[in-house]
Amino acid sequence: MIRVVLPTHLRTLARVKGEVELQLDGQATQRAVLDALEAKYPMLRGTIRDHDTERRRPFVRFFACGEDLSHDPPDSPLPEMIAKGAEPFFIIGAIAGG
Amino acid sequence: MSRIRLLVGTRKGAFVLTSDGKRKQWDVDGPHFAGWEIYHVKGSPADPNRLYASQTSGWFGQIIQRSDNGGKSWFQPGTPPGESITTPDGMPKGESNKFVYDSSPETGKPLTTHMWYDGTQHPWEFKRVWHLEPSLTDSDTVYAGVEDAALFRSSDGGETWQELAGLRGHGSGPRWQPGAGGMCLHTILLDPKNRERMFIAISAAGAFRTDDGGKNWKPINQGLHSQYIPDPNAEVGHCVHRIAMHSSRPNTLFMQKHWDVMRSDDAGDSWREVSGNLPSDFGFPIDIHAHEPDTIYVVPIKSDSEHFPPDGKLRVYRSRTGGNEWEELTKGLPQRDCYVNVLRDAMSIDSLEPCGVYFGTTGGQVYASRDAGDSWEPIVRDLPAVLSVEAQTLP
Repeated sequence: MIRVVLPTHLRTLARVKGEVELQLDGQATQRAVLDALEAKYPMLRGTIRDHDTERRRPFVRFFACGEDLSHDPPDSPLPEMIAKGAEPFFIIGAIAGG
Repeated sequence: MSRIRLLVGTRKGAFVLTSDGKRKQWDVDGPHFAGWEIYHVKGSPADPNRLYASQTSGWFGQIIQRSDNGGKSWFQPGTPPGESITTPDGMPKGESNKFVYDSSPETGKPLTTHMWYDGTQHPWEFKRVWHLEPSLTDSDTVYAGVEDAALFRSSDGGETWQELAGLRGHGSGPRWQPGAGGMCLHTILLDPKNRERMFIAISAAGAFRTDDGGKNWKPINQGLHSQYIPDPNAEVGHCVHRIAMHSSRPNTLFMQKHWDVMRSDDAGDSWREVSGNLPSDFGFPIDIHAHEPDTIYVVPIKSDSEHFPPDGKLRVYRSRTGGNEWEELTKGLPQRDCYVNVLRDAMSIDSLEPCGVYFGTTGGQVYASRDAGDSWEPIVRDLPAVLSVEAQTLP
C-alpha cells in the first residue's frame, strides 16, 4: 500500500480528505504511483502530468523521505519506506509567486 | 416573475448572484472552486440550468466544470458523481480537461508555430480556456476559446473536446502574436440566423468569421487601424478586445479594439470607427442593450499603459445612436479615486424591461443597473478581482 499526500486543490478536485491510499501490483515507481492515482481518481488526469507525454507539470514537485525526486526518471524505484507505506509520497504545488 | 442569475468568475473562485425580477435584493453564493482562477462561466441558452465553467491554475492546468442544476452542484464532465469512473473496458474517464491541438493531415492545415514576442516563431502551447460559448440550440454543444489561440468544440456536454483546426489553418497563424495577456481566443459569437456562421476574436491577431460551421475562416479586419503594428492596416495582427452582436441584427457588430471603438454593418467585411466623443477609446468590454440594437455600452480606460478609468472616475458610456455620440453614466459609480479596471468578459446585460446592465471590476465590485445604465449600485464590493460576468434571465 502506497500513501500519497495531495495538495489542497487536488484533494478538492478528487473529493478526498487526508492521505490517499493506493495498491500497486508491481514495483513502486513514480510512474506506477501516478498511474494508480489517475486510475482511481480520473479527475486528476492532466493536473499533475501531461495527458499524453506524461511530463510533470512545471510547478508540481514530488517529495519523499525528505528528498526532492521531481527530476528522477519516472521508472526509478521509490525509496523502500515509500514502497512499504511507512512514509507518504508527497505531490506538492511548488511555492511560486509572491 | 422572472429571476436574474449572475455568473461571476474571479481570480479566486466563482460566485453565483441571484435576484428576483426587481433586482434589488441579491443572494451571493460562493466561492465555488475556491482558490482557482475562473476565467468564465456561462449558461446554455437551450437549458439555462446547464452551466459550464473554465477553472484554471498555473500549477494544475485546465479543468472544465459543469452544473446541471443552475450552479447548486458541479462536476467534471466525464466523471459525474455516482457514475463509474472507468469505461466498461476499464479505461479511465475524465478527459474533459484534455485540449489537444489537431495535427492530423486530414482536417485542415495544422500550424506548428506562431510569432513570439521577440519576432521568432514559437510552438503552439495550450495554456487555458478563456471563454466558453454554449450552442444556442443544444445544451451538450459548447465552444471553447483557448490560449494559445484556437477554437475547440465539445458535443458531449464537455466530456471531450475537438479543435476546429481550420482557424489555425487559415494560413496567417505565423503572424499571430500574444498580447500582453497572452495569445487568447476570447470572443465567440454564434449567429442566431445562420447556424453555419460564427465570429471569433484573438489578441493579437484580430477578428475572423466562418460561414461553413468552422471548417474555413477568413480574417475580417478591413478598416481596423493599429499604429502599434508595422503595417497599421494589416490583414491580421490587430489587438481586438471584444466584439458584441445583437441577436436581432447579426450582421451588425460592435468592437472594442485595443484603441478605437468600431462598427461593422456587413458582418465584419468592413469596419468604421465610432469612438466619437469618448474620453478615451481604449477599453475592454462592449455590450448591447437587450431591446435597442443601436444602444451600446463601453467602459473607457485611460490607456494601454494605465489600466484604470480616466481621472479616477468610473464611468460607463452609452451610445443610443450606434456609436459616435456617447453620454456618460455616473450615477452611483465612484467619481473620485477609482483605479480599477473592467476586463473584456466582465460586462453583461439581462433581457428584462428595462434591461439590467452589470459589470465587475478588478477591485472586486459587481455593479448593477436596473434602468439600462441610468443609475448603478454595487451588488457586492469585495470579491476577488472579477474576470467575467454573465447574466441569465430566468423564467
